[in-house]
Amino acid sequence: MSSEQKPFVTDDTQVQTETRDARMAGADDRFNSKLREAFGSSPFILTKFDKFMNWVRGSSMFMLQFGIACCSIEMMHTYAIKHDLDRFAAGVPRASPRQADVIIVPGTIVSKFAPRMKRVYDQMPEPKFVVGMGSCTISGGPFQEGYNVIKGAEEVIPVDIHIPGCPPRPEALIYGIAKLQERIANGESSPVTVKPYELEQFGDLERDEIVDKLAAQIDEDDLVMRYNWADSP
Amino acid sequence: MSLEEQQPDDDPAELEAAVSRGDELAELLGDLVIGREEHMNAPGLVVRPDEVQEALFKLRDEAGFDHLSCLTAQEYEDRYESIYHLTSFDDRTDEVSVVVPTSKDNPVSQSAEPVYRTADWHEREAYDLVGIQYEGHPDLRRILLPETWQGHPLGLDYDQERPQIATLREHANPLEKDQRAEQGNTMYVNIGPHHPATHGVLHVETVVDGEQVVDLNPDIGYLHRCEEQMCQQGTYRHQIMPYPDRWDYISAGLLNEWAYARAAEDLADIDVPEYAQIIRTLGAELCRIASHMIALGTFALDVYGDFTAIFMYAMRDREIVQNILEDLTGQRMMFNYFRLGGVVWDLPEPREEFFEKIRDFLDGLPEALEEYHDMITSNEILQARTVGTGVLPPEVAKSYGATGPVARGSGIDYDLRRDDSYGYYDELDWDVVVEDGCDNFSRLLVRMREVEESAKIIQQCVDLLEDWPEDERNIQSNVPRTLKPDEDTEIYRAVEGAKGELGIYIRADGTDKPARFKIRSPCFSNLQTLPEMSEGEYIPDMIASLGSLDIVLGEVDR
Repeated sequence: MSSEQKPFVTDDTQVQTETRDARMAGADDRFNSKLREAFGSSPFILTKFDKFMNWVRGSSMFMLQFGIACCSIEMMHTYAIKHDLDRFAAGVPRASPRQADVIIVPGTIVSKFAPRMKRVYDQMPEPKFVVGMGSCTISGGPFQEGYNVIKGAEEVIPVDIHIPGCPPRPEALIYGIAKLQERIANGESSPVTVKPYELEQFGDLERDEIVDKLAAQIDEDDLVMRYNWADSP
Repeated sequence: MSLEEQQPDDDPAELEAAVSRGDELAELLGDLVIGREEHMNAPGLVVRPDEVQEALFKLRDEAGFDHLSCLTAQEYEDRYESIYHLTSFDDRTDEVSVVVPTSKDNPVSQSAEPVYRTADWHEREAYDLVGIQYEGHPDLRRILLPETWQGHPLGLDYDQERPQIATLREHANPLEKDQRAEQGNTMYVNIGPHHPATHGVLHVETVVDGEQVVDLNPDIGYLHRCEEQMCQQGTYRHQIMPYPDRWDYISAGLLNEWAYARAAEDLADIDVPEYAQIIRTLGAELCRIASHMIALGTFALDVYGDFTAIFMYAMRDREIVQNILEDLTGQRMMFNYFRLGGVVWDLPEPREEFFEKIRDFLDGLPEALEEYHDMITSNEILQARTVGTGVLPPEVAKSYGATGPVARGSGIDYDLRRDDSYGYYDELDWDVVVEDGCDNFSRLLVRMREVEESAKIIQQCVDLLEDWPEDERNIQSNVPRTLKPDEDTEIYRAVEGAKGELGIYIRADGTDKPARFKIRSPCFSNLQTLPEMSEGEYIPDMIASLGSLDIVLGEVDR
């Protein structure tokens, strides 16, 4: 941030103006921001490029417009007036996964939907981040014992931030996103978790009773997701 | 005084009437009836599985049962059973259950689809979850679970631990194979399951020829979270009530809770104090406003296509309602506020402040609605998009079992709050809103006018509650700690949810948990009308029709 080492710095004394004075002294609130202070008299800052990129990434997040269940209603409230997620540089929902950086998973994931969600996640460009919203994305939530319910989003895709609640309030979602921005700005990446449920070709599955049974219905190269419910947490 | 006394099962005179109605219908059907049952809400007529259509045709054409409200399928130790809950759009209290038992080793029953179009999906669901086969059904496939699923999860011997496989395959164009090249080119379009206009995880398999829809098939089940199983695993008293909030999750929580409360209270013969009924009515109507606001906002979003004024305005008004509901229940969305026999706690203190808050909201509402009318209903673009599109004639709507604003937008004067009154509605002064345009615009208008009616109801409830004597504020009647309704009592009760007739069927087996818990979701039936409204129309009109149906996938899939 300091300008002393640099050769081409405008000579401060030459450009003293009233506005400058006010700005430095903080007489006028408009100019009294931290960024201004950091800039000081100089228009230059020095930082590492990757650090800068991380900061940019965290400060301009495009969310995927992705609604699943109850939590998506609170998610809509978070985007809309009063809570207005846009204030935190994360409020532009994109309808296409190819334009999005962050996917908020707002709801229960069931067996029919998990392969589709995995596909949507795969379509997002790197680097991408996942916010698991609500109890269902943590463990299946109130539906954990259901025969059709995936026991948490992490069974299918890696999750950066978990927000508990059923559903979490908009304030909680904003807090979770702020935490995600913090992590991104610090260059932390999500832990890679072992995902039990992957999309794979039917022909690659280990043959057992159920695979034999379905062999007539599914082609060898069809993509499938196999749920071993007995192993679920 | 209990308001529940007006129910047929409580009043001896009415019970007698119900029995004689059963005799009358049994006489009408003659030899078709092989046995009789008594359900708490209606007489039950047992019919042979290969004579279902004949019996249903007779009941529909000669006894006026034009509404197949629900189909419940269940497995007993010794048999399968399908129950057709029939009623009439003209007289909702006239009900009959047609019970069709089938044997364990050959569970085949005749399909009711030729009689009631709505049976199509209901029977597919029964096949999917319970495993009864319907002979003569046009398209008996799984509906909620993946096509490759093994077993029927609500059957008695289902093993939940067994592995399952779901596929991610391309869907095939259903028209391509019987079309020759010169007949024009159809294109297959997947709308959903991840799509901003489908209001959740609905998948619409669409075949278009140019801009026109030639074939359309809603594919559901992407949010099938086993609600019925969850309720069958919970005890009556406390463990079931949190789930209704999550069926229709667009803040219609209290309306849904009421559906369960009504069925269970009638089943276990529990009274609800009058004071609690007024609080319930107040809360439920607030929920209806919140729910209609989001229907309005997202409909405008679908038709205009952006997150601008109307969506934000609707959300603003919803925030106010949610704040009031939060004061009342402690939660913004998943209220869990009703208890069997009343509500969990009294109005928040200081009461004046709470009433003031509601009054402020109601005072501002006419102006807000004026604003909506300026921006939406009197807008030429919206009129061009909605007037005369998505037409649903009343006869078709009835055949598909459409209820709620969808039916009332098609000129069907049917509202359970009036026709099968519960709570405090029959003591209050309000009107059922009916529009006979049958199009997207009418459905929108019905919702907007219903908000006004709800406001009227809330106003009267506030007045009543304000003057209620302090020592008579009884919020809950005495309810046994463990509820064990008598074995083999069956009940089907419905309330007017935000989207239409929300019905619950419960069969008790003498334990503290229901043996069968079936949810009749209004959205499930309403969504079935989508192909009827869209085939042959332009594809943007299909999106508008879908928006005007106002479905919630949590309730469609359950």
